[in-house]
Amino acid sequence: MQTEVMFAGFGGQGILLSGKILAEAAMDKDLEVAWVPSYGPEMRGGTAYCTVVISDKPIGSPIIRNPMHLVAMNRPSLEKFAAAVKPGGVVLVNSSLIAVTSERDDVDELRVPVTEIAKGLGNPRAANIVALGAFVARSRILDFEVIQAAVRKEFEKKKHFIEMNLAALEEGRKAATP
Amino acid sequence: MNKVLMKGNEAIGEAAIRAGCLNYFAYPITPQSEVAEYLSKRMPEVGGVFLQGESEVAVSYMIFGAAACGERVFTTSSSPGISLMSEGISYIVGAECPAVFVNIMRGGPGLGGILPSQADYLQATKGIGHGDCRLLVMAPASVQEAVEMVMMAFPLAEKYRNPVIILGDGLIGQMMEPVVFPDHLKSAPSNKDDWATSGMETRKSNKRNLVKSLYLDPEALNAHNLKLKAKYDRMKEEEIRYVTYNTEGDYSVLIVSYGTMSRVCRSALESLKTQGLEVALVRPQTLFPFPEKAVFDAASKESCRHVLSVEMSMGQMVEDIERSVQGKRPVSWYGKCGGEVPTPEEVMDAVKDLMRT
Amino acid sequence: MAKTFLKPKCLSDQETHYCPGCTHGIIHRLVAEAIDALGIAGRTVGIAPVGCAVICYNYFTFDFQEAAHGRAPAMATGIKRVRPDLMVFTYQGDGDLASIGMGEIVHAANRGEKFTTVFVNNAVYGMTGGQMAPTTMPDQKTTTTPFGRRVEEVGMPVRMAELLATLSTPGYISRQAVLAPKYVLRAKKAIRKAFQYQMENRCFSFVEVISTCPTNWGMTPTEAIDWAQKTMLPYYPLGDLKTPEPVKEG
Repeated sequence: MQTEVMFAGFGGQGILLSGKILAEAAMDKDLEVAWVPSYGPEMRGGTAYCTVVISDKPIGSPIIRNPMHLVAMNRPSLEKFAAAVKPGGVVLVNSSLIAVTSERDDVDELRVPVTEIAKGLGNPRAANIVALGAFVARSRILDFEVIQAAVRKEFEKKKHFIEMNLAALEEGRKAATP
Repeated sequence: MNKVLMKGNEAIGEAAIRAGCLNYFAYPITPQSEVAEYLSKRMPEVGGVFLQGESEVAVSYMIFGAAACGERVFTTSSSPGISLMSEGISYIVGAECPAVFVNIMRGGPGLGGILPSQADYLQATKGIGHGDCRLLVMAPASVQEAVEMVMMAFPLAEKYRNPVIILGDGLIGQMMEPVVFPDHLKSAPSNKDDWATSGMETRKSNKRNLVKSLYLDPEALNAHNLKLKAKYDRMKEEEIRYVTYNTEGDYSVLIVSYGTMSRVCRSALESLKTQGLEVALVRPQTLFPFPEKAVFDAASKESCRHVLSVEMSMGQMVEDIERSVQGKRPVSWYGKCGGEVPTPEEVMDAVKDLMRT
Repeated sequence: MAKTFLKPKCLSDQETHYCPGCTHGIIHRLVAEAIDALGIAGRTVGIAPVGCAVICYNYFTFDFQEAAHGRAPAMATGIKRVRPDLMVFTYQGDGDLASIGMGEIVHAANRGEKFTTVFVNNAVYGMTGGQMAPTTMPDQKTTTTPFGRRVEEVGMPVRMAELLATLSTPGYISRQAVLAPKYVLRAKKAIRKAFQYQMENRCFSFVEVISTCPTNWGMTPTEAIDWAQKTMLPYYPLGDLKTPEPVKEG
């Protein structure tokens, strides 16, 4: 089984990091993973995205035009990528910044105000982690404890960030599973 | 050894250190600047040398100077930078010094683009620099393989006293994948006392060493080039590496593809199989020497009607494939050369088109 | 009878290929004397340029590398960075160093690479047959300036020592000449000092040497020396342009 998640948003929204944490978590469960970023000038302020491919077999093409799931942190990302998501996938929409919908009735659209939730936690920069928590909880792509462990590992060297990011993950989970 | 998730560019830097290469000179260029960024932190930790040169031209001669002392040394760059280094590479080949170059290819010609490409195939495999100059060329298809090839490259460069180049594309450099690092390599060039300018007093014999590529006497230059040719011929005997997929049964199309592109082809091959369409794949791991016999054998299978080169260039590998197939099957090309990586679906369509003809 | 004139140990017995009246031989000797005096031949690596001195390694007896045109300072950088214990010098002419190799010398000097450069300035490309160099004098005739160097078209000659001396990092920058015995003695001291500073791992050291090329200038050796004194020395003044800070005691 192979699944793919695209994380997309403004450069600086922590898109690449969310993807990396998911990839680390999957790797720690002995799954095959590939983390594929967009790179170049578009990183500087434009739309940034990365795709995480997770599989139980060696991964062939790391280039995915139609991902299973999408985490859209800003409106241009949703508009650009929503149509590409495979039917049945989760489309997580950052409703703090995106007023429109995916206009898809064959996907599981989940609207979470991740930026506001992060602000509520006193750290607007943790919006990407809120989104990651919400996405993992809704899609059940991995067990929630696995992603929690990956967050701990990611911030191992900056211990004061661990609690805050675990809280962000938890708030995301709550928002996704009322 | 633990599995770690690493970006290709960083893994390449770490692999060199684990291959016992503690000397790195480089000039920044997208999409491989992370190698320099990584090693600028890492080399001081291991007591190694990191230096950002003033240009790729200068860097190629820093590599030459260091290699000529018998020290393990390497650099990384991307297409336009490799063009600038090709001058120094020719001198290093002529002077028979071991060194490792990594080209994380981007689109060209000229500035081209910064997205993945395989358009330096001919440059790398047909000589790169002026003169009778050849490099051993290896092409990884994953971050793990990039690590393994970098670690193989140093002993190979020393075996032949000739540069080795790793030809990756932008995706290999930018992608993160799990990596398990092989054990450290220890051995350094064993015969360096015979040739390296390491300082006379460091050697047993009192003979001075001279590292040069100038042979004004035509007979001497001819003999020198024949010696180089003998090395290239030996590479063809001993260093060919490739992987085959789905060659056991019958198939009507043989794909030849390397690097990232070969992974896309593997996905296409599996999907075609589920539709009852059989396709085989030969993936060269060495581009020079090229796995001619493997391609010939796979193309010669009775069921095989077509050979398809799939690459992110305008079919630069086609002539090597045609030479290997020796006219037995028609050879055609599918690919893109603007920085987009073709999808498995696009490769499947190309294969189906071919099957219809 | 006691010998009063001996060949330096690290000069080989081979006769040089240089033209009659060429001063490369003198400069080779000064380099060899400095290396002998410091006793460093066993850990010295020379780097030959492209130009008349391309095969200068035939005249020395220690390890040598051969560079591409202008790239010797980059090669020296590579050696010094991976083997700081080696003594390294580049021997470069004006076409090599001041034209095609301008980038390499400026950046190596600016990084303060701890090697020595001996820069032979004879105001012309020698080996390729007497074409204009960046250091060719105004109105000087060469095979590519048959009517004399027109400075309004190609600019004034480049003063390399002054140019490098504007950089903060390089420690020792000197210009000397080999046009008469008094100059040769001063050049000898400067080259010796340059190697000494390198031995002490103190700084990048650079000695420009005003030299002659009777063949390509179309002069006899003595005419060439007269012309260099009258024409080149006023434009290329001799002396130390920069010396390193004295080492503080304790």
